[in-house]
Amino acid sequence: MGFFKNLFSSKAKKEKARKYKIGMDKTREGVLSNLKDVIESSQTIDDELFDDIEEIFIMADMGVDTVVKFVDHLKATVSDQKIQTAEDFKELIIDEMFKLYVQDEIVTSNLDIEDDRLNVVLFVGVNGVGKTTTIAKVAHEYINKGKNVLMVAGDTFRAGAIEQLETWAHRVGSDFFSKPAKSDPSSVMFDALNYAKDNNIDLVLCDTAGRLQNKKNLMNELEKIHRVIGREVSNAPHETLLVIDATTGQNGLSQAKIFNEVTTLSGIVLTKLDGTAKGGIALAIKEELGIPIKYVGLGEGLDDLEHFDLEEYMYGLFSGLF
Amino acid sequence: MAFENLSDRLQMAMRRVTGKGRLNEKDIDEMMREVRLSLLEADVHFRVVKQFTKGVKEKAKGEKILKGLNPGQQVVKIVRDELEKIMGEKAVPLNVKDQGLSIIMLVGLQGAGKTTTVGKLAKFLQDKQNKNPMLVALDVYRPAAIDQLKTIGQELDMPVFEKGTDVNPVQTAKEALGFAKDHNHDVLIIDTAGRLQIDEKMMQELIDIEAAVNPDEILLTIDAMTGQDAVTTAKGFHDQLPISGAILTKLDGDTRGGAALSLRQVTQVPIKLMGLGEKLDQLEIFHPERMASRILGMGDVLTLVDKVTENIDETDMMSMMEKMMSGNFNYNDYIKQLKMIKRMGSLGGILKLIPGVGKALKNQDIDEKQLVYVEAMISSMTKEERKQPRLIEKSSSRRRRIAKGSGRKVSDVNRLIQTMQQQSKMMKQMKNMDPSKINPNNPLGSMPKQKAKKGKGKGKGRFRF
Repeated sequence: MGFFKNLFSSKAKKEKARKYKIGMDKTREGVLSNLKDVIESSQTIDDELFDDIEEIFIMADMGVDTVVKFVDHLKATVSDQKIQTAEDFKELIIDEMFKLYVQDEIVTSNLDIEDDRLNVVLFVGVNGVGKTTTIAKVAHEYINKGKNVLMVAGDTFRAGAIEQLETWAHRVGSDFFSKPAKSDPSSVMFDALNYAKDNNIDLVLCDTAGRLQNKKNLMNELEKIHRVIGREVSNAPHETLLVIDATTGQNGLSQAKIFNEVTTLSGIVLTKLDGTAKGGIALAIKEELGIPIKYVGLGEGLDDLEHFDLEEYMYGLFSGLF
Repeated sequence: MAFENLSDRLQMAMRRVTGKGRLNEKDIDEMMREVRLSLLEADVHFRVVKQFTKGVKEKAKGEKILKGLNPGQQVVKIVRDELEKIMGEKAVPLNVKDQGLSIIMLVGLQGAGKTTTVGKLAKFLQDKQNKNPMLVALDVYRPAAIDQLKTIGQELDMPVFEKGTDVNPVQTAKEALGFAKDHNHDVLIIDTAGRLQIDEKMMQELIDIEAAVNPDEILLTIDAMTGQDAVTTAKGFHDQLPISGAILTKLDGDTRGGAALSLRQVTQVPIKLMGLGEKLDQLEIFHPERMASRILGMGDVLTLVDKVTENIDETDMMSMMEKMMSGNFNYNDYIKQLKMIKRMGSLGGILKLIPGVGKALKNQDIDEKQLVYVEAMISSMTKEERKQPRLIEKSSSRRRRIAKGSGRKVSDVNRLIQTMQQQSKMMKQMKNMDPSKINPNNPLGSMPKQKAKKGKGKGKGRFRF
């Protein structure tokens, strides 16, 4: 018990977590901070209270299955440990949440990017989640780290997508590769990787067209892109990141599942967390599929992409509780 | 997820009470829990769910179980009826004037699909209402957003009004208004930058644009995959702007789209249109009553029936029916049938609309190419063979020739023959069917069930109309 409090006792950590908290505080009606009110105003720990708690978690899009299981587990623990006070109950919730998501694993959100190697990162996702913007932000990060970065315009379908990435490339000072609109995206990747080999590139960031995961043909196209990359550079792509919009609901699970089948995801980028959405679906994805969250987008600026820190995120979620 | 739809859930929960004449309080409570979870899984906002289940519970109490329904089905019916009530009775048309200039403005979060939808809406109004739209690009923030709209404008051969990224969007909007009037456009469709509803500065910009051009419609564009936050978003925009309707985008995905219900309940604005694909003609009128089934995961029979009737020539249809009934169904008819299916659009899309099939197909590839293959095989038959399917059935050398000619395997030809035989058999059964069971107003009404069964099979060309 008291895991959560200990975790955030250090000042440095609290400071770091501040950004998440600000990002997530913007909501008008605090979502998880409702927990506090609900728990403290309830005289007893009864079924009604459990129902309220369940709803609060669901509000954060945490995945209905996960939440129902979690609350059932809470119920059992409360009766086992004879927990009666609101204070103890709050502690229990947070401890159990951490057990569920943090466990004992060492969470690293660093990308698998090495020196002296051509690194390839593939970005995939449904339409409108922020893939292109995310690529710009990642490019910015690695350019600052002194890498030669190449941005590849793999979205040859959507109007203006190539221009959008090109504009970003100019802004962040990245190299840029594109072919005319409507080109076969696999051929774009093929040529881009050869260009990268000839031009001393360290890191290739591949954009792809947004596609809904139930579109068989588009998923086949993605599989081919993935295959071509693997053929041109051994063990590539070194990272395949699924970009998910924080406002996404239960469909996020379906997205993660199907994209994972086609391209074997190495991580999730959770974008637009600066809005009012809590992005809890990313937790459901981690819980159900074991795919870690690597980045979170917290604003439109180039620096507003943070390496994901589960503890900080949880802090952001639960900070209203104490 | 364990259960695909509410119907399954309730059937499971209600197994033990089947046969009861009336639902008691406990049964209802148990079912309401299932209803609640089902709606939450569909991303309906939890507060909306709460309110909703309360209403349904009242309704369900003491309700007699209708003849022919089991208690689970009965509750599904109540739930569905209530959902339909919230979603609105029928489609609400766009507020576009017959004469003079109508102004439509699209607003919403980043990535909701505004720019694409502006293009679709322009095409929609041009095709269906004979309008002469002009597009206005006001997204000066997202890189290349203006280029995107210009490309769409080129594709549609419609003018796009833009002043680059250095001019204030409010100013551009005003100029666009004058330009449209001078150039005899009757619809002005304004694309705005995506923004968070909590971004005060950006929201003020929308308020200023609104004041400058006084739109007839302000449409909130919202991603159908949105989760619980749909309510916050909708409320945020609605509180600050006179939103007159909504467009639900990306409904061609596999989301259940519960956000639609939340949106409707919280803002009361009608959802007017829905986006069903990336192509510019994939925007359709939103039918609220059909959304209820989708949220419940129960398919969308009505849209299917519409699609079928919209795309198939009635006389063609009737002669096909006659042909089928006569039992003289041959490959010429078969190919005609395939072409009808093709005209209705993506096979996968159609099949998904059929209750039960959506689930069954989840793990199946729907290979659109199958249609092409079948066509190729039939094209490789002689005229005689097409008229008389038996010729091929009897001769293996004919089958080999057809396989070679179409670039398929003999086993493919065999499969086609099998399909053909099954078709004929079904036809004969249909012929012997009690005609009173077929709804005279809608001969297609009886179709989905058969199709649902067929959808699981291998041969995709077997559907009959």
